[in-house]
Amino acid sequence: MYLTDNAVKDRNSRMRRVRAVEKTAEMIVSLCAFTAVAAVVSITLYMIANGIPAIQQVGCKDILFSAVWKPTAQEPSFGILYIILTSIAGTFLAILISVPLGLLTAIFLSEVASKRLAAMVRPAVELLAGIPSVIYGVLGMMVLNPVMYRLEQRIFAGSRTHQFTGGANLLTAVLVLAVMILPTVINISEAAIQAVPPELKASSLALGASPVQTIFRVTLPAARSGILTAVVLGVGRAIGEAMAISLVSGNSVNLPLPFGSVRFLTTAIVSEMGYAEGLHRQVLFTIGLVLFGFIMVTNLILNGILRGERKA
Amino acid sequence: MTQGKVITKKLNIYYGSNHALKDVDISIRRNVVTALIGPSGCGKSTFLKTINRMNDLVDNVRIEGKVYLDGADIYGRGMDVTRLRKRVGMVFQQPNPFPMSIYDNIAYGPRIHERKSKAQLDEIVERSLRQAAIWEEVREGLYQSALRLSGGQKQRLCIARALAVEPEVLLMDEPTSALDPVSTLKVEELLCHLKKSYTIVVVTHNMQQAARVSDDTAFFLAGEVVEYDTTARLFSHPTDKRTRAYISGKFG
Ligand SMILES: Nc1ncnc2c1ncn2[C@@H]1O[C@H](COP(=O)(O)OP(=O)(O)O)[C@@H](O)[C@H]1O
Ligand SMILES: [Mg+2]
Repeated sequence: MYLTDNAVKDRNSRMRRVRAVEKTAEMIVSLCAFTAVAAVVSITLYMIANGIPAIQQVGCKDILFSAVWKPTAQEPSFGILYIILTSIAGTFLAILISVPLGLLTAIFLSEVASKRLAAMVRPAVELLAGIPSVIYGVLGMMVLNPVMYRLEQRIFAGSRTHQFTGGANLLTAVLVLAVMILPTVINISEAAIQAVPPELKASSLALGASPVQTIFRVTLPAARSGILTAVVLGVGRAIGEAMAISLVSGNSVNLPLPFGSVRFLTTAIVSEMGYAEGLHRQVLFTIGLVLFGFIMVTNLILNGILRGERKA
Repeated sequence: MTQGKVITKKLNIYYGSNHALKDVDISIRRNVVTALIGPSGCGKSTFLKTINRMNDLVDNVRIEGKVYLDGADIYGRGMDVTRLRKRVGMVFQQPNPFPMSIYDNIAYGPRIHERKSKAQLDEIVERSLRQAAIWEEVREGLYQSALRLSGGQKQRLCIARALAVEPEVLLMDEPTSALDPVSTLKVEELLCHLKKSYTIVVVTHNMQQAARVSDDTAFFLAGEVVEYDTTARLFSHPTDKRTRAYISGKFG
């Protein structure tokens, strides 16, 4: 077809406009992505820059591997070993409770319950996820702490070494954490179980396996990377939680014993940042850096799992 | 001819209001390959899944009539579904090995049904893989993930997995439709071997395949068995004109 000059001009300008729109969209999208990356990088740099000075001043060993935390004493000591151990123990115990419970709930929802029942339970789980952490803390304080106190009085009756906590102890914190991460574990592992191809289950049943055998021998192994993801995300959530556990854990620095009053990495920052000064304040930043390190490690593990998944 | 291995009497199946099988009366001979042919949606898979009661898993399914395995009513009281499925194995259209090693795939069924020693399991694994004509290809890598195998190998692995529990009947639903021609040929050869020890029922879309591998053929149409005869007769002298039309490729 023969095009007039005008038509050619028209078409060219339209194409130019289209190209301009493309370019702009590309730039906006890139800019947004860059913002996220910039935030991560600057936070990382900031944490390191603020966390390192105290380490240089006090010494790595005297912070990380000393158990004496007396930041405001005449001769201050900044050992955070018990605090680190508390965070590790608390997270580990919470996971130990939450993963079996969450996994079995996920199995129930996806494999056992009728559609109607599952549709009733699922919103409850979602609600659990939506409750603000401070509410968990308050509930723990009102409900669990008194129970723990009664238990404590029973167990340590007549003990001269035990320091009574009034029920604000590691165990309460663990229970609160366990409930808080339950929705994460349930949702992620249910999604993983749902993603297992139905033919795989059918093959197992067709070999004469019972439904329960099929769940435990085929479905769960097939969903394992998703379940591991659930565990890792649960760990991430538990280790970073501050508000709820600061209300129920007693908040003194001790070796993490079930009925002992304890302080976590997060609750140490929460409870001291308000008044800390000088070196004390800098050590709190170091605690933040340690926490940051833990989160980084869980994320690396998660990435490793997901990469392994893609390869398989 | 003695009594058939699998016999259905006035078998009717409904999915909700969809009448998927209509008065199916069939007697499947033992130790032969029976092919089920017919256009899609005519009820071949439904029929197959009835024999090992995989249909039980479908919501809203209603089954009427009788299905006998060696004279025993499989929908009757006292029929243990897991025992039934051990006796009636199944191979699916899509090869779907479990995400575990080749060895564990084969040992899966035997482990479920009985405590077995390592030596016994080793023997079962080798025997089953040999029967499925895949032993030579995988003997070096028994402990590697079964997901690494090619499509054709996966399907033969699934056949071996089904054979490992020593079923009497083997149901195969379009076992080669996802395979390349070479793998298809291997599986077809396999069928001819296996029928010496097993009763095989195979659904196929492929008329040539039915003619090549089967002794008997049943032609399904819209939930009914239109014609059921030896393969030789059904393909050379079909009595029903719908059969004639279908095998000459007029529809389907
Ligand atoms: N799980 C199911 N739920 C409901 N309807 C089904 C189901 N499976 C099969 N059907 C219906 O039953 C009829 C027969 O299907 P099917 O046995 O799969 O046919 P074929 O294997 O010959 O293609 C079809 O109308 C199909 O839609
Ligand atoms: Mg089918």
